[in-house]
Amino acid sequence: MDRTIAAISTNNIGVGAINIIRISGEEAIEIVSKIFTNKKFPKAPSHTIHYGFIKDNEKILDEVLVMLMRAPKTYTKEDVVEINCHGGSMTANKIVELLYKNGAVPAEPGEFTKRAFLNGRINLLEAESIEDLLEAKNENARKMALNGVSGKTTKLIESLREKMVSLLANIEVNIDYPEYTDELQITKENITPVLTEIKEELNKIVEESQNGKIIKNGINIAIIGRPNVGKSSLLNALLEEDKAIVTDISGTTRDIVEGSIIYQGISFNFIDTAGIRETEDIVEKIGVEKSKRVQATSDLTILVLNNNEKLTKEDEELLKTIINQKAIIFINKTDLEKKLPELSIEKPIIYGSTKERKGIEELKEEIIQIFSLEDVSHKNLACLFNTRQIALAKLALQSINHVIKENKKDIPVDMLAIDIKEAWENLGKIIGEAYEEELVDNIFKRFCLGK
Amino acid sequence: MEYEIIVVGGGHAGIEASHISSFKGHKTLLITINKKNIGDMPCNPSIGGTAKGIIVREIDALGGLMGQIADESHFQIKMLNNSKGPAVRSLRAQADKITYPKNMQKTLENMPNLDILEGTVEDLIIENKKVKGVVLENGEKIYAQSVILTTGTYLKANVLIGSENTPSGPHGEKRSNHLSDNLKKYGFTIQRLKTGTPQRIKADSIDFSKMQPEYGDDKYWTFSFDKKPSYKINEQQKCFLIYTNENTHKVILDNLDKSAMYGGFVTGIGPRYCPSIEDKLVRFKDKERHQLFLEPESLYYDEWYLQGFSTSMPRDIQELMVHSLSGLENAVISKYAYAIEYDAIDPLQITPSLESKVIEGIFTAGQINGTSGYEEAAGQGLIAGINASLKLEQKEPLILKRNDAYIGVLIDDLITKGTAEPYRMLTSRAEFRLILRHDNADLRLRDYAHQVGSITEQQYKNYQERLQKIQEGEKYLQETKLKITPEIKEIFAKNQKEIPNITDSLYNLLKRPEITIEFLEKIIEIPMDNQTKEELEIQIKYEGYIKKTYKEVEKMKKLEEKMIPKDIDYQKVKNLASEARQKLEKVRPISLGQAARISGVNPSDISILSVYLKKEYGKDE
Repeated sequence: MDRTIAAISTNNIGVGAINIIRISGEEAIEIVSKIFTNKKFPKAPSHTIHYGFIKDNEKILDEVLVMLMRAPKTYTKEDVVEINCHGGSMTANKIVELLYKNGAVPAEPGEFTKRAFLNGRINLLEAESIEDLLEAKNENARKMALNGVSGKTTKLIESLREKMVSLLANIEVNIDYPEYTDELQITKENITPVLTEIKEELNKIVEESQNGKIIKNGINIAIIGRPNVGKSSLLNALLEEDKAIVTDISGTTRDIVEGSIIYQGISFNFIDTAGIRETEDIVEKIGVEKSKRVQATSDLTILVLNNNEKLTKEDEELLKTIINQKAIIFINKTDLEKKLPELSIEKPIIYGSTKERKGIEELKEEIIQIFSLEDVSHKNLACLFNTRQIALAKLALQSINHVIKENKKDIPVDMLAIDIKEAWENLGKIIGEAYEEELVDNIFKRFCLGK
Repeated sequence: MEYEIIVVGGGHAGIEASHISSFKGHKTLLITINKKNIGDMPCNPSIGGTAKGIIVREIDALGGLMGQIADESHFQIKMLNNSKGPAVRSLRAQADKITYPKNMQKTLENMPNLDILEGTVEDLIIENKKVKGVVLENGEKIYAQSVILTTGTYLKANVLIGSENTPSGPHGEKRSNHLSDNLKKYGFTIQRLKTGTPQRIKADSIDFSKMQPEYGDDKYWTFSFDKKPSYKINEQQKCFLIYTNENTHKVILDNLDKSAMYGGFVTGIGPRYCPSIEDKLVRFKDKERHQLFLEPESLYYDEWYLQGFSTSMPRDIQELMVHSLSGLENAVISKYAYAIEYDAIDPLQITPSLESKVIEGIFTAGQINGTSGYEEAAGQGLIAGINASLKLEQKEPLILKRNDAYIGVLIDDLITKGTAEPYRMLTSRAEFRLILRHDNADLRLRDYAHQVGSITEQQYKNYQERLQKIQEGEKYLQETKLKITPEIKEIFAKNQKEIPNITDSLYNLLKRPEITIEFLEKIIEIPMDNQTKEELEIQIKYEGYIKKTYKEVEKMKKLEEKMIPKDIDYQKVKNLASEARQKLEKVRPISLGQAARISGVNPSDISILSVYLKKEYGKDE
């Protein structure tokens, strides 16, 4: 028997006005009944809400609303109870602990969704999308997550697979029924055009998906520069403008992110360059090394220079580090006399003054442009938005490219079919289907053969 | 009377089964309705074809008869798919319908330990879910430890021509009336299948001048790894290609309601891959013409087989249909096309060794298992014969995996997916077809054959010699360097090949797609026989693809090695989708790999099952 699991389902514990604790499993109702004062609750019909108190023995912990959802019409297809308690991590944590004491076990990350998937409530793609929806950080990401759930990505992938399977089935029929020369004979000449078309569409999806990843996780931006050029004031200026929505982002980058803003629906996550800022009295070399390291974890670098000073050797070193990077140069302190020479570097340059709040908007606009995200919030996004799906799509692309390359040589069609089939299967894995039988069915569906 | 093994049916499955068990020294009885029909080819006059030709080579590698006898009995042979690549090449021979059975019968008659009896088996002797023997139509009982059923289309067979429905086997032979009912009684699930065969046309009534001839290869081939060619290239017979036309289509469509299929007179499920001509017209309305082939049946009588024209129309309509074809305006039909319905068992009830899950000691092979085709039948017959023998010897059965042989793919498909229509092998069914080639069947299978004792010492020696030749050949190609002299440059240029920059080994040169051994031989002598050359050329040229396939095999093996205990109770596995649970109960797969191939069992079910196995049995990482 699967254990009954419980966990706080709302994010950012302590921030919101309420917290939701979700319990799922055969014993969910029984366990909650032990700590909930409402006596009607255990016998109540499904999909009803109940008012009462959570009690630890005689001590009242919180005043709550409890939602009762009986299997199978629930998120996990198991009995699910959700307790809406008051905000603040203390109360919610205590209630969860109480649930654990009464027989529930902690849910592993994503376990509710995993159960929904294992219990056949959702398919693989939906499972991944819902995971993403739960994690969605901003409006665009949420839109994208919904696209996945509604099967829009699925449809797109299916249309590509349809083209591939029609090519494959034709190749297979030529192979298995060689004497039927009346059927279209697939040759080198007609493989490449079909695959090139598929390749282009797939490329588009992958490109958009990489943007998609940026939409979801945001752009990680490092602000580098020599001491006293105004890095921290630039950061403050950027952050201050949107003070209300400055948040930490969770996950792997949390430790190094200084703060995030959401601009035109995209998160800008500023990476901590404290290291560089604090090396004032250490050899300049270290500063350069540090900034290189920070740049490695970021998608974009903003190099800050001082308009009021000549270019120093250290500035030159830092300029070198951004040559092969996505970068913007922000020349600060335009309110002071211009001493900085013209730069000969092919990077966008924004002039501004953090003191006078000039150039900040232009900087943000430039960031959006660099990632060609101008109209991202208006686009109807249908792309892949987790690493696994993108990786599978890239694998499929790789196979297709291989076929196109090999097809220029004297490689027989049975070899080419191997990679075409692989690409087709990898696309299938994105949407959770890749059955052999499908191909054989297609052969019979499309061609007329017989004895 | 008592035997170790009784084989019921003398078709292609029964032949291989009885031959191999008697070869392995077991006292065997082959019971057939008509001795003269042993090895008969009731349908097309050919052995091999795409995928099937590879099966014939596998049969030969494992010690079976089909390849050897086909080599002695054909009047045309060719390699199919030469241009489409090494993975899908396959031999097809036009076998003589008189010579083939005759040679087969002679071979069987000379087998020690093998008796042949004419009779009809109508029941089995079953005690405690174990088979003890068979009961003949006349009530006679014959005892044996194992019974191999290779009954073909004879179980409760009905022949259909138009609305005419005759209880009969092929060519008006007797059928078995009660065996399938009795099998049902013992717990077998019986299904009704259908197949068909086209018209035979009198040779002297055909105007061949209006037809496009199809020739045999001008290169010698044999199915057998142990025999030299016994035919002459220039004595091969021609086949002919013709097309249906507007008139043909009109005749058929106008009379659709008269066909047994469309008139609703057939209950069996016919195969998608060899539909009757009326099926083809209905399903593919837009096609203006359909290809048909005329193939001679034998050098000893003058009938031709009209491939592609199988139908269950009444005779008068068939006359009109045939006469509408160009060159057959005055054709005399010597045999009308007919459909045949017969009983088969549900292959989900058999184990990978081809033994029944229902009754111990019963093995089944061929059309009774839901397949179609001489080669598919022979392959199963051979495995059933080997495994029935191994059971007597108290040894582990021979189970060929999907990466070992087409025969492995065939059996795995049958017992894992079942089949609702007669199953025909296709290369597209084999996910590892690049390593299941016609050229390496002996390299893949002779070690197994030697292990289970199904080949002679001489056959094993032939294989070892071949292995040695390949190794030496490979060494030669690696060690022989081609110096790029001006003369050699010229030869490359003349043949439009890219000229190599530096002196390189023949081995490395062969890796280039456009450089063949045949081309290199214009420059340098390559002292090897043709088979060795072919083998090495494929191995070297397609090394990258072959390695990739092996990687895929490794992936599959991981799941394949996760065995499912025989006593697993699927009711106890929580959260399985109910369809998956039912299918798993029915198939009872031996491994997670096999479970994953069952249709209706989804990846999530496999993950649930693997979690369960880990919990309950500590298996499955």
